[in-house]
Amino acid sequence: MELQLGPEDQAFKEKMRAFMNDNLPKDIQHKVNMGLGLVKDDYVTWQKIVGQAGWLAPGWPVEYGGTGWSPIERHIFNEEMARANAPRIMPFGVTMVGPVIIAFGSEEQKNLYLPKILTSEDWWCQGYSEPGSGSDLASLKTKAIRDGDDYIVNGSKTWTSFAQFADMIFCLVRTSTEGKKQSGISFLLIDMNSPGIDVRPIKTMDGGVEINQVFFDNVRVPFKNLVGKENHGWDYAKYLLGHERTGTADIGQSRNQITKVRQIAREELVDGKPLLNDPVFQNKIAEIEIEILALESVLLQALAAESAGQPPGPEASLIKLRGTEIQQEITELLFEAVGNYAHPYVPEALEMGWNEEPVGPDYAASIASRYFNTRKTTIYGGSSEIQKNIIAKAVLGF
Amino acid sequence: MDILLNETQTLLKDSAEKFIERDYSFDVRRSVSSSEEGFSRVIWNKFSELGWIGLSMPEEYGGWGGDLVDFSVLFEEIGRGLIVEPFLSTSILGGGLLNYNGSENQKKLIIPDLINGQLLLAFAFTERHSRYNLADVETTASKTDEGYVLNGSKSIVIHGSTADKLIVSARISGKSRDQLGISLFIVDANAEGIKRRSYHMVDGLSGAEIILKNVLVSHENVIGEPGLAYPLIEKVIDEACIAICAESVGLMSELVRTTVDYLKTREQFGAKIGSFQVLQHRAVDMFNALELSRALVYRSAETISNVNDATNRARAASAAKVQIGRSGKLIGQQAIQLHGGMGMTDELSVSHYFKRLTMLGTLFGDADHHLKRFVQLSEN
Repeated sequence: MELQLGPEDQAFKEKMRAFMNDNLPKDIQHKVNMGLGLVKDDYVTWQKIVGQAGWLAPGWPVEYGGTGWSPIERHIFNEEMARANAPRIMPFGVTMVGPVIIAFGSEEQKNLYLPKILTSEDWWCQGYSEPGSGSDLASLKTKAIRDGDDYIVNGSKTWTSFAQFADMIFCLVRTSTEGKKQSGISFLLIDMNSPGIDVRPIKTMDGGVEINQVFFDNVRVPFKNLVGKENHGWDYAKYLLGHERTGTADIGQSRNQITKVRQIAREELVDGKPLLNDPVFQNKIAEIEIEILALESVLLQALAAESAGQPPGPEASLIKLRGTEIQQEITELLFEAVGNYAHPYVPEALEMGWNEEPVGPDYAASIASRYFNTRKTTIYGGSSEIQKNIIAKAVLGF
Repeated sequence: MDILLNETQTLLKDSAEKFIERDYSFDVRRSVSSSEEGFSRVIWNKFSELGWIGLSMPEEYGGWGGDLVDFSVLFEEIGRGLIVEPFLSTSILGGGLLNYNGSENQKKLIIPDLINGQLLLAFAFTERHSRYNLADVETTASKTDEGYVLNGSKSIVIHGSTADKLIVSARISGKSRDQLGISLFIVDANAEGIKRRSYHMVDGLSGAEIILKNVLVSHENVIGEPGLAYPLIEKVIDEACIAICAESVGLMSELVRTTVDYLKTREQFGAKIGSFQVLQHRAVDMFNALELSRALVYRSAETISNVNDATNRARAASAAKVQIGRSGKLIGQQAIQLHGGMGMTDELSVSHYFKRLTMLGTLFGDADHHLKRFVQLSEN
């Protein structure tokens, strides 16, 4: 059931594999492979390497720096990157705000921001959710009031991944309280160094501090940082979420993790024999592999439609929904595979350069944390419940 | 749908509920669990005063002579309060092994101190590759004139870092995974030749890796007949399975309660999210899983208390573990999902209940392991 690749695609795949092999720094690769903590510099270093090859934003139109690859080539690229244990490309610039600026931004915005995304000079983060506005995103209350050539922004955004690293944040803000709640929202680009912005970390159950609450206290944002038209932000937000959802499937990553499940199950013994020989465990792996094949087939259809210039449709919801569930199922398998070694919590073991003996096998250290952390995937980017609502309304016509 | 409790059990439940409400808030638990020892000696002494540590110990040594149903009542509350103190390792595992097969002398020396909170035990039985097989023992005990010499290493020993005495399984004969040839030894945790490395565990408890190098143990510190310890280990682990299943029931009931509360307070789309039928049904699935689990766990506890037959006992324990493993996963995962982003935070207790529940699901064997065992014990 491998993808049937023609000679050209096969050559492309080999080229990508060689690229990863030759260019991915070994220390970064080791960290990703072992589930160790990555620092900002690890992500940026790798993104700059990919950017210099011209491949950081394959999905963008060629005139803005895209690659013009076919859907299958883009898919191969993602697969090979995951297979090589490369850090994931941060989506906030490349797959989220980038396409919005390309589609709706001013010439000035395009010239200013797009190149800095491609060179990884700007780290972006996403200002969507608020404490009172999660699934009901359109109820957001962070306010932007016009004052001369500026907006003055007040409020707070939450669950903001990597805000602590970010140079820029794209925000949905309320510019009007009239009419439907969706029609008073605008899309603003805000410099994270602006006075009045305060970033406070939120510790998650796995012990990590990747997410934050971002507070805005009378933050001045130039009017020229408004994307598109005032009060039309909701349309742009929906456009962005469609892009975000196809990206969250992360099929290459799931395949790579299945490989990891197998590696671990070869080492871990049940009654003296490898867990991988256990028929029940084999079935569990196979079930997920088949789910991945089906999802991959849908994804390839969606990418083909996207290349043909069609906007992402409701199949993006299916892809996000199943892709994230599969990611969770895989972390459950990893958790089961390590058996008793899921118990110890030794966060120092996840730091580079820690050179004490691990508790049990070294691959076990990050597994429980990863299982707990991955619970977020069916909550963020529009929860599974919201994706089902979208399919129910947009496809089934309820 | 409450379980029918007798008078003693009702008193026990009430006193545990009161204690948790007054003295074991989530903040107390958080600070106790992150302390160096991972639990509080002050609170442990309080449990001794309340009579909980010696609940299942014989009355002649100052215990209550309670059975597994009594212990299930207590462990359900331990779950509800997310209590991290070493009941499982000291009372159920260590206490159980001694109580069932210890010599009079061993009992006299250890059980009274155990009951009054002065002595902590841990059971060191897991090894690197033993997974959930209790007979997979490679640590060796070689006989000498004075007793035995132990060599090997034990892994993931719950509360092994704070225990005063360890009960160690080691092989005096046979091959790894032979049920015959395993003995149990009482060893001072600070005895010469023992190296302990302690760590916190993901559910807030603490554990240790233990290396034994030429550790001398006298004949008086062998529990039961040499080489014949396997049936005892299996029995005590089965009882421990029921205890942690009851604890899981307490955890699950708290998760169902807080999730239903959240659905009734959190507003989105101009309504309480609990007004959406799809979420109501999800909450009903959680509730049903909880009720089925509680009923089965108490039934299993009663079976084990009343029937002296190893196959019945093992089936009762494995059935409970499978039911709890599956229900725990459903309830835990849905509790997080329905709390949304808040469920992911360290700040709210829901993630801590979820983590403990998850770890108990795998402790002493996950659902797949116990399903396989149940099949093997069935007439096929």
